[in-house]
Amino acid sequence: MARRSAPEVNAGSMADIAFLLLIFFLVTTTIETDSGLNRKLPPMEDIIDPPIIKERNIFTVVVNKNNDLLVEEKPMQIDELREAAVTFLDNGGGKGEDACSFCQGERDPNSSDNPEKAVISLKNDRETDYKVYIAVQNELVAAYNILRNREFARLNPNLGMSFVEADRKYSDPRTSLSQKESLKPKLSEVKALFPQKLSEAEPSKSN
Amino acid sequence: MSKFKKKKSGDLPAISTASLPDIVFMLLFFFMVATVMRDSTLMVKNTLPAADQVQKLDKKDRVMYIYAGKPSQRYQEKFGTQPKIQLNDKFATVQDVGAFVLAERAAKRQELQNVLTTSLKVDGDTKMGLISDIKQELRKVNALKINYTTRTGDYTQNLD
Repeated sequence: MARRSAPEVNAGSMADIAFLLLIFFLVTTTIETDSGLNRKLPPMEDIIDPPIIKERNIFTVVVNKNNDLLVEEKPMQIDELREAAVTFLDNGGGKGEDACSFCQGERDPNSSDNPEKAVISLKNDRETDYKVYIAVQNELVAAYNILRNREFARLNPNLGMSFVEADRKYSDPRTSLSQKESLKPKLSEVKALFPQKLSEAEPSKSN
Repeated sequence: MSKFKKKKSGDLPAISTASLPDIVFMLLFFFMVATVMRDSTLMVKNTLPAADQVQKLDKKDRVMYIYAGKPSQRYQEKFGTQPKIQLNDKFATVQDVGAFVLAERAAKRQELQNVLTTSLKVDGDTKMGLISDIKQELRKVNALKINYTTRTGDYTQNLD
């Protein structure tokens, strides 16, 4: 019997095969995560005794079926909304126990007492476009973020981080547990100063 | 003279490519591990609106997705052009949302069942009526944490 040595397998094409697989996985990979506006819906149970809120503490935003904006009964362009909401929330017109010590607003007695009591009421039509609704939501969240950033910088001047950055860091799973523990009270302190009170009414039906 | 001949041999030695497969395989394994396959094919048009005050939606295991929008071109003949809801791989009506959420919740691990977020991936041109209906259904089954999933961008892109 002739002892033939096994012929060597040509491995030259291995790289090609690997490249093919590599490119396939490269294309199908989605590393980036989704992001968006977080919201919490109110529970279903009926509130038997709704709390009475003074008219001046409510900031009404209405979006109609033509995507026009009505803020506090006046028409408004969407790029003015952020500033209007900031002015309303930061007004601090309350007296006595409702007084707001950190507000920098005009203290107009016809606007909100303090951020704790201020409620933004958003009402939209069934025919409103979703993208406009998102733009309005975005601007209202931005107003809260502006004020929260300001207070966060005032309370933690040495941190070198804004509220939004700190919040992002807090929810990042890579942040260490000890860092999260130190951030948590700071974040909730600012959140308590400017609680996000965004109420959404049932959409109206247009005829 | 023959002493110097060896040194002068002009052409460069070929670069060994023997380690190329190893490198490529290393990359291949990285991407294989990092890949998350898209779990449902989109049957609706899904241009998300833009927003810049966004929060990340980490931890994919505690998110369920609801898509809505106009049916894409090839489904328009069958399903029309009115915006529809897509759950998993099929079109659904508003009444199916509750059952879908309960089924998704039951499929998750016990400790995650109370911290689930519903991600609403809705096309920008959809009317709010449909979204309000979805939100009502979500309230009925007590799925209160929602996320309006958006692109990252300036809000003015939404207003054309």
